[in-house]
Amino acid sequence: MPELQYSFTEKKDTRSGFGDALLTLGQTNPEVVALCADLTGSLKMTDFAQAYPNRFFQVGIAEANMMGIAAGMTIGGKIPFTGTFANFSTGRVYDQIRQSIAYSRKNVKICASHAGLTLGEDGATHQILEDIGMMRMLPHMVVINPCDYHQTKNATLAIAAYEGPVYLRFGRPKMPVFTDPNQPFEIGKAITFIEGTDVSIFATGHMLWYAIEAQAELADQGIKAEVVNIHTIKPLDLKAVLDSAQKTGCVVTAEEHQIFGGLGSAIAEVLGQCLPLPIEMVGVNDRFGESGTPDELLKKYGCSTLDIVKACQKAIERKKTFNQTKAALV
Amino acid sequence: MQNDYQALTNIASQVRRDIVRMVHNAGNGHPGGALGCTELLVLLYFDIMQHQKDFTMNGDNEDLFFLSNGHISAVWYSVLARSGYFPVEELATHRKINSRLQGHPTTHEKLPGVRIASGSLGQGLSVAIGAALTKKINEDSRWVYVLMGDGEQQEGQIWEAAIFAAHRQVDNLIAFIDLNEQQIDGGTEQVMANRDLSAKYEAFGWEVFACDGNDLEALKTIIEQAQQGQNNGKPKMILMQTVMGQGVDFMMTGHHWHGKAPNAEQANEALAQLKETLGDF
Repeated sequence: MPELQYSFTEKKDTRSGFGDALLTLGQTNPEVVALCADLTGSLKMTDFAQAYPNRFFQVGIAEANMMGIAAGMTIGGKIPFTGTFANFSTGRVYDQIRQSIAYSRKNVKICASHAGLTLGEDGATHQILEDIGMMRMLPHMVVINPCDYHQTKNATLAIAAYEGPVYLRFGRPKMPVFTDPNQPFEIGKAITFIEGTDVSIFATGHMLWYAIEAQAELADQGIKAEVVNIHTIKPLDLKAVLDSAQKTGCVVTAEEHQIFGGLGSAIAEVLGQCLPLPIEMVGVNDRFGESGTPDELLKKYGCSTLDIVKACQKAIERKKTFNQTKAALV
Repeated sequence: MQNDYQALTNIASQVRRDIVRMVHNAGNGHPGGALGCTELLVLLYFDIMQHQKDFTMNGDNEDLFFLSNGHISAVWYSVLARSGYFPVEELATHRKINSRLQGHPTTHEKLPGVRIASGSLGQGLSVAIGAALTKKINEDSRWVYVLMGDGEQQEGQIWEAAIFAAHRQVDNLIAFIDLNEQQIDGGTEQVMANRDLSAKYEAFGWEVFACDGNDLEALKTIIEQAQQGQNNGKPKMILMQTVMGQGVDFMMTGHHWHGKAPNAEQANEALAQLKETLGDF
C-alpha cells in the first residue's frame, strides 16, 4: 500500500460541514436566514431550524417558489441560504435562478447536497451530473464544490461574507476529513495539496481525496504528480491552473460530474486559449448514473482512484508524443 | 400624498400617452396590458404607497411594488419617471440599445425603482412574498404589493407561492391580478380557462377582493378595505377587472394589442384620445 501524503482519523459527510457552519452563522450573522424544501434533515439544517425558528422557512416541496422567496428576502438585507438536493437546486429551477437571482444579482446562497454519483442508491433521477455546468454558465454566479467536512464548513462561512449569488455543492457520503480546519476559505483561490513535476491533477469535491490516493500510487511508479484542489470552479484560479500546467506539461481533471460543462471543460477552455497541452478528464462521460453504492458507482462510471492513475499515465504518454511532434514541427 | 381623483385622472392620461409614444417609438412592445393597468400603477405611486424618491434597493420602511408580468413595463417606467425616480426624457430610450429601460424590467442597469428582473412569468409572487417576510423579520410595518397577469395564473409556481403565503400567514402582502381575460394566443377562456380565481384563492386561504381595475375610486376603496386586515394572518388578493388597451378605443378589442406597436397613423389616432396633461417626454 503506497504511503499517502495526507491522513485522516475520521470520515464525515460534507453536508454536515454545511449544517454546522449554518448554525454558527445563525449566531454570528443576524441577517442569515435559511429556507428548505422538505429536506431539512438531509441538508443538516435541523439545528439551525431549531435554534432560529424565526429565521428558518420550510417551503415544502416547492423549489421554484423557494428560489423566488429567497431572491425577495434579499430586498431588506437578508442573506438567504436555500437547501435541497443538487438536482432540485439547479435543473428544476434554472429559470428562477437565472432571472430572479443571477440576472438580478441577488445575495442568495444556493446550497445543494447529494450532488453527483455518490448519492448512491436513489439512482439517476437524483444524481445530478450537470449542475456545475448549468451554474457555471450563468453570469454573476460563483460556483464552489468543497472536498471535505472542514472545507465545506469554511466555504459556508466564506460565502456568507461574500456579496452576490453563490452555488455551493456538496454531497451525501462520509468522506475522509483531511484538510486543515483552520485554513480560511478563499473564494477563487486554488490550493496546491501536493507539489509535483510530471502531471497536474486538478480535482474538485470528493474527487480530491481520490486524487491524493492516486498521487501515492503514481509515486510508487516513480511519477511525481501535483495535486491541486480547485474548490471554486467559477471564478477559476487561472494563474494557479496555468502555473501548474506549465510546470508539469500535462493535465488531468477529476470531478464527480459530466466531463462536459464542469471542471474539465473549464480547464480545457483555459488551456485551449493560452496553453494547449494534453488533458485527460476523469468524470462521467455523457451518461446518466444508476442505483448502487457510492464506491460501486465511482468505479463503474470511471471516477475512481484507479481511473485517475490511468488518466495520469495516459496524459504523460501524450505529453511525450506532444513534445516530439512539437519538436518536429518547430 | 393625497391627490384628488381629477389629478390622478390627469396623470393617468399622461401615462397612457407615454405608453403609446414609448411603444411606437420603439417599434415594438406591449401596449395593451400597460394601458389596462394604468389606473392601478398611478393610484399606487401617486396616492397609496409610501415610497422614497431616493431609491434604495432594500426599501426599508417604505411600501414596495413588484411587477410580475414584466412585459407591461411601459406603464411602470412611465409612472416611475413621472413620480421622480429618473428623468422623464429617458422614456425615449425604452427597448433601445444601451438603455436602462429594457424590454422587460431589470436591475442590472440600476434603474431606480426596479428591485428585481421580471418577464419570465410566474416568479413575482414568490419574490414579493420573500420581501414581505423580510419586512416582518425587520419589524417593518409597510406593505408589499405585487401585480400579476391573468394568463400568468397558468404558471405552476404561482400556486406554490399561493399555498405558502397562506400557510405562513403573509398578511402584509397585497397581490393584484389584471383580469383582462386576454393573452397572446387569444382570450384566456379559450387558451386556458382560469375558471373561478376568487374561489381558488379563497380555498387556498387568501382574503379575496374584486373591483373594476379601471376605476380609480373603486380601486382605492378596495385597497383600503384590504389594508384593514393588516394583522389578520391572511394574504390579500385583489381581482381587478380591466380592459386590455383601456383608453384607446381601437386597442380595446381583445388580445390583438397585447404585443404590437402602433404605426405613426395609429399612434396619432391614439394620442388624439389622450389629453396631454404633464407634457410629453
